[in-house]
Amino acid sequence: MRKKHLVLGAAIAALIGGDFVAPPAQAQDTIYVPLFTYRTGPFAGSGIPIANGMSDYLTMLNERDGGIGGVKLAIEECETGYDTKKGVECYEASKGKKPVITNPYSTGITLQLIPKAAVDKIPVLSMAYGLSASADGTNFPWVFNPPATYWDGASVFVKFAAQKEGGLDKLKGKKLGLVHLDAPYGKEPIPLLEALAKEYGFELKLYPVPASEMQNQSSLWLNVRRDRPDWIYLQGWGAMNPTAVKEAAKINFPMDRLIGVWWAGGDDDARPAGDGAKGYSSLDFHAVGTDFPVIKDIQKFVVDKGKSQVQKEKVGENLYNRGVYNSMLIAEAIRTAQKITGKKVVTGEDVRRGLEQLDITEARLKEMGAAGFASPVRTSCTDHNGHHKVFMATWDGTKWVKSSDWMEPMKDKVRPLIEAAAKAYVESNTGWPKRTEPCDKSS
Amino acid sequence: MLYREAGQFKTDYTKDMAVFPILQDRIGVGVILFIAAVIIPLFGSDFLLQAVMTPFLVFALATIGLNLLTGYTGLLSLGTGAFMGVGAFACYKLTTSFPGVNVIVWIVCSGFFSAAVGVLFGLPSLRIKGFYLAVATLAAQFFLSWCFIRVPWLFNYNVSGAIEVPQRTLFGVPITGPNSAPVTRYLIVLAIVIVMTWLASNLIRGRIGRMWMAVRDMDIAAELIGIRLLNTKLLAFAVSSFYCGVAGAMMVFLWYGGAEAEVFNINQSFTILFMVIIGGLGSLIGSFFGAALIYILPIILRFVPAELGVPLHAATVEHLTFIIVGALIVVFLIVEPHGLARLWQIGKQKLRVWPFPY
Repeated sequence: MRKKHLVLGAAIAALIGGDFVAPPAQAQDTIYVPLFTYRTGPFAGSGIPIANGMSDYLTMLNERDGGIGGVKLAIEECETGYDTKKGVECYEASKGKKPVITNPYSTGITLQLIPKAAVDKIPVLSMAYGLSASADGTNFPWVFNPPATYWDGASVFVKFAAQKEGGLDKLKGKKLGLVHLDAPYGKEPIPLLEALAKEYGFELKLYPVPASEMQNQSSLWLNVRRDRPDWIYLQGWGAMNPTAVKEAAKINFPMDRLIGVWWAGGDDDARPAGDGAKGYSSLDFHAVGTDFPVIKDIQKFVVDKGKSQVQKEKVGENLYNRGVYNSMLIAEAIRTAQKITGKKVVTGEDVRRGLEQLDITEARLKEMGAAGFASPVRTSCTDHNGHHKVFMATWDGTKWVKSSDWMEPMKDKVRPLIEAAAKAYVESNTGWPKRTEPCDKSS
Repeated sequence: MLYREAGQFKTDYTKDMAVFPILQDRIGVGVILFIAAVIIPLFGSDFLLQAVMTPFLVFALATIGLNLLTGYTGLLSLGTGAFMGVGAFACYKLTTSFPGVNVIVWIVCSGFFSAAVGVLFGLPSLRIKGFYLAVATLAAQFFLSWCFIRVPWLFNYNVSGAIEVPQRTLFGVPITGPNSAPVTRYLIVLAIVIVMTWLASNLIRGRIGRMWMAVRDMDIAAELIGIRLLNTKLLAFAVSSFYCGVAGAMMVFLWYGGAEAEVFNINQSFTILFMVIIGGLGSLIGSFFGAALIYILPIILRFVPAELGVPLHAATVEHLTFIIVGALIVVFLIVEPHGLARLWQIGKQKLRVWPFPY
């Protein structure tokens, strides 16, 4: 009996040990794309639709076109639970399989991976999140955050408020509040808002929400009621957003003056507040709904065939489309990398070049079946972000509706701050590598 | 048969007082050390070193720290996460202020800051005990977490509020920062953990440890035989926080490479407390067992379905892991409420008489 146990134990140990000692080699004819997702934990509410969108688009490419440029994508999800510890673990686990890109999908995890990217030669795509300063390609050759940084978003919020007030000079003496998650993610827009507050003479009120108090914000909104800010910018995530919208409705805060960052624009963020949320706006950089050939293809090739985890009626919701958009960037980066290098099976180094040469034009969007889905995106060696236009989406009670034109961020204000912050980051991290990667001239 | 002490005579007191009086134990420890220090660094993959062994050792050290306080002195604490944070932030401030000094020195020194804070929050322990003390240390947890977020001086006014580990070298080899090899970092963690475990084992076997255990077993009796309660308890807090502080500094500098305040939240404190309880209160080896069960088991479980050829979604695996780990913890506690260390002891006892149980 003891022998039997021993044999069993040895078998299990061999089974598990095999993975630890030598990770299984990836097949040579696929491109490995790990997706760091979170369908569990306190942020799952926002994480699930994004995870679905991300994997569905890539699966659709596999099903419809047989991958990208004839090479299948090996898509693998790793559950992070929005937990930095698990995210780093996912990264270490995926590293051995030669991923061409990582999307941490969490500002916390991104901050951990930024220094590792250059060493491991795996580019980080932190789409419209992460470290704003990493938009500076000269100092962060391996990190990309198109289409807009948090600082761009905050500047659009200020611009929008000014427009409604009747000009930037009218902001003087006004109170602008920032309700934010008290974590690196939530704190990101503060430096820019502070700089703009100094310049335009408005008062910036900060309302931090600790992660543990996400669903218990009543006391904070009492403060809001006392201060009576003219505008509120909401930089929340997960369970924090619906709570904030509900609380705002409860204290009768004028909904048309509550503006969320793009991550506060989930359907489930606004829906729980019922009619009270009508008029709540959030920034956005891609369309909602299913009226695009690309989404129709996802429905046809993936959802209807049961290859997705999404509930059918949730396809086309705002955060689902966000996931699709994220995967479009991945796919375009890989495609561009194939074009630049002429190789079929690209590596992380090639995809880094691809990300740097991204040029998704109107024509290309049309080709992808996404005309009107998003604005064109272009990155360069020095600018890994592009500071692209965003628009306001307003909740009409049942869905998000585009309610403004595409608005340009205040690039002249954002860019110098980004360069200064990047410089400060490099200085505080002694031994930060100088950029040695050459700049492609192909596009 | 293999594990028999017959014939091993102790002829003097030094032998009688040895840490490992039995030959087989000495061999066993030697083998374990050899595997940890030679085999694993030579043959382990980066994943094993970086995502399994390093965190395991860090957690084991923190667990030893809490075990000294809770297991040996009987003082319940829920502030472990915060004390680890003090170590991490102290180390960050020290190494950014004095970059010339080797970072390993600062990692160890950061323990002193943690110890000082621990003593401060340990002061109420003279008057309050048990759950009441746990609540008092909870205050430390919340207050320190608040400091990590709200005192920008602690993270050098970094915009994102996170601390980022700069590159530091030892004899020209990078040991912190992204350029350091996982194996270097693992070896440093291993060395620190071995030395500190050895120190702890000597501490608890000596006068101080006896005092702690006397206080744990009955503090009035301890006072009657002349042990000064306040000093003893504060010393326990200081040493415990020192260990936790070093573990926290290692966690950020040799494992994460950067951290936000959220890392040192109440969940961290609970995790370490669970490791102490599962591993066995008042046992050093139990601290290692507890850390292994709670940290490594979920990682292993995640690989099992894939290896067995059952394709499961990442989230499903995660849910299953939670269920299985939870169930295993309950099972272990029912089978042996005194933790894995006690199971280990029973196992050794059985081996001693094997194959003739009597």
